[in-house]
Amino acid sequence: MAGSLAYFNNFLSKQPALSSFGVMVRKEVGDHIRSWRFIVMLLLILFTFAGTMYVSLSNLGQVARNFNDPDHDFIYLKLLTTSDNSLPTFHIFISFLGPLLGIALGFDAINAEKNNGTLVRLLAQPVYRDSLLLAKCYAALLIVGTLFLSLVLLMIGAGLILTGVPMEATELYRILTFVVLSVLYVGFWLSLSICLSVAFRHAATSAITAIGIWLFFTVFYQIIVNMIVRAILPDPASLQAEQVIAYNNLLLSFLRVAPSQLYTDAATTLLMPSVRSLGPLTMEQMAGAIPTPLPFKESLMIVWPQVTGLVAASTVCFAGAYYMFMRREIRT
Amino acid sequence: MENPIIELHGLTKYYGTVKAVDNLSLKIGKGEIFGLLGPNGAGKTTTILMMLGLAEPSEGQAMVCGINATRHPIDVRRKVGYLPDSAGFYDNMSALDNLMYIGRLNGIPEKEIVSRARSTMEMVGLGGEMHKKAGAYSRGMKQRLGLADLLIRKPAVMILDEPTLGIDPSGIRDFLHLIRQLSRQEELTVILSSHHLHQMQQICDRVGIFVEGRLLAEGNMETLSRSLFGKDSFAVEITVREPLPAAEQLEQQLLQLNGVTGVGIDAATVALSCHTDITPDIVRLFVQNGLNVTGVHKKEYGLDEIYHRFFENNVKKESFQWQVH
Repeated sequence: MAGSLAYFNNFLSKQPALSSFGVMVRKEVGDHIRSWRFIVMLLLILFTFAGTMYVSLSNLGQVARNFNDPDHDFIYLKLLTTSDNSLPTFHIFISFLGPLLGIALGFDAINAEKNNGTLVRLLAQPVYRDSLLLAKCYAALLIVGTLFLSLVLLMIGAGLILTGVPMEATELYRILTFVVLSVLYVGFWLSLSICLSVAFRHAATSAITAIGIWLFFTVFYQIIVNMIVRAILPDPASLQAEQVIAYNNLLLSFLRVAPSQLYTDAATTLLMPSVRSLGPLTMEQMAGAIPTPLPFKESLMIVWPQVTGLVAASTVCFAGAYYMFMRREIRT
Repeated sequence: MENPIIELHGLTKYYGTVKAVDNLSLKIGKGEIFGLLGPNGAGKTTTILMMLGLAEPSEGQAMVCGINATRHPIDVRRKVGYLPDSAGFYDNMSALDNLMYIGRLNGIPEKEIVSRARSTMEMVGLGGEMHKKAGAYSRGMKQRLGLADLLIRKPAVMILDEPTLGIDPSGIRDFLHLIRQLSRQEELTVILSSHHLHQMQQICDRVGIFVEGRLLAEGNMETLSRSLFGKDSFAVEITVREPLPAAEQLEQQLLQLNGVTGVGIDAATVALSCHTDITPDIVRLFVQNGLNVTGVHKKEYGLDEIYHRFFENNVKKESFQWQVH
């Protein structure tokens, strides 16, 4: 007994020196949580979260008694998706606050260090360049992940206290997958802004460019796609049903270039178990289907392309940052 | 030189078609303080970056502590500390935290780190201000913090790029004194780059002169100035109160002095060049002639003269070669 305790003590007191990656992550996390911009973003997200929770809690009773809705049993998913149209739901908020959060955490990752003269000093240390980029990305994702996870855990706790309804395993899986998805979504914008921070010398330029891309995808992209489709598409009245569906699918594929579309599609499917398809369905496909919620695995299968798309887009941005940064000569 | 710590062989770096460093070969011994002297854009920083593996040479190789800096940059950076010109610190962190961050990145164990950071701060004379934010530091203090940043890693070689830029004169003296003292105490090899000959003169054992990417001369100060200025290495300028009455006569007398090689007389000033320092004899001669000497100025050669002299020499050589062909 004493021997094993001694072993344990020995194990605890032996603090191995952190790798340079660990040291950088620690410093980056510290910097982020002390920075004003993160505090502002945090308050913004907390307020929207509180607002949406208030709205959904006050409508929860009504929704749970709506027996026409196949999802009415999933109280905790309803907490995240119910709204009385006075306020968008939480995942819609995240679909446009998430990019801002990602951009805020990443837009000056590299160029601010370069302009302060800390980058060349840092790279003169025995550290690999890629650990710097990775640490910047990882630290921000760590914070975002912690933030989202604690928010939904708070929500689950509050729901448990207020309603007294026990939670089902599938709800927990869905909510946790939703958290992972949200982190991935913010991760895309984060790696985009890190890439821009490598490409542009001034932090302001990279911030404006990132916000420009975000605005383009949230506001203008849908308008442009709709305009072009309306100009090109033949009159739907003269088309057969299959052709209308084919055109519709084409339109949807174009809309899904926007990351926010991918995110809202995936989040909706995960949080509403009765959603069976993200595109139009024909009558033949619907024939014989019973309006019941899908199992978790099936929902996951539906959103898998969306998740892959988000991961791929983030990887492309990060690889771009990596390519530009690794062999660049850093001088003051 | 026996087992040099830094060896550069035919180091060349092109930026596009511009040759920033041209076929540079250099050896620096252990414990030496070496000055890289040259005007802006001479290729000093590029050379330093290649020694650290932060820039890739187009040709040639840099061996530091027996390690190829281009192939194994991490190993070299473990042994070499580099203080860039305009080094920056994280302004929102205290100076001590800045230092501890660098210490941790270098793998100093967590137990030692606080004590080592504190003692390093004391060593560079920032013991009283170590808890201040780095953003509140003056330029001179930042430079000292930069030095602490090098010392906490216990490097074998320190490279300081323009370390005296923007510090006031007394600060420069203290800073250079500190570097020299540390180098002697710990047997550190130090490489300094600068464009101020006088500052280099104060502390360097050996100096290399860079112009347009080439190492034009190297050696200690005396051999350098002797090789540069040859016979007329001393110049004296004497001012008298009244315009000189008999200029020709005086010129003859001055030329008869042992060591004088040239005399130029202009109204009330006399400029002499000589190969040994005979200022007292010259002044005595003036006094004997009943001239009222108001100023004696011994001219020291600055970097300007050295560059000029070098360019002159190069032009002469080239024109000479033309004649031969």
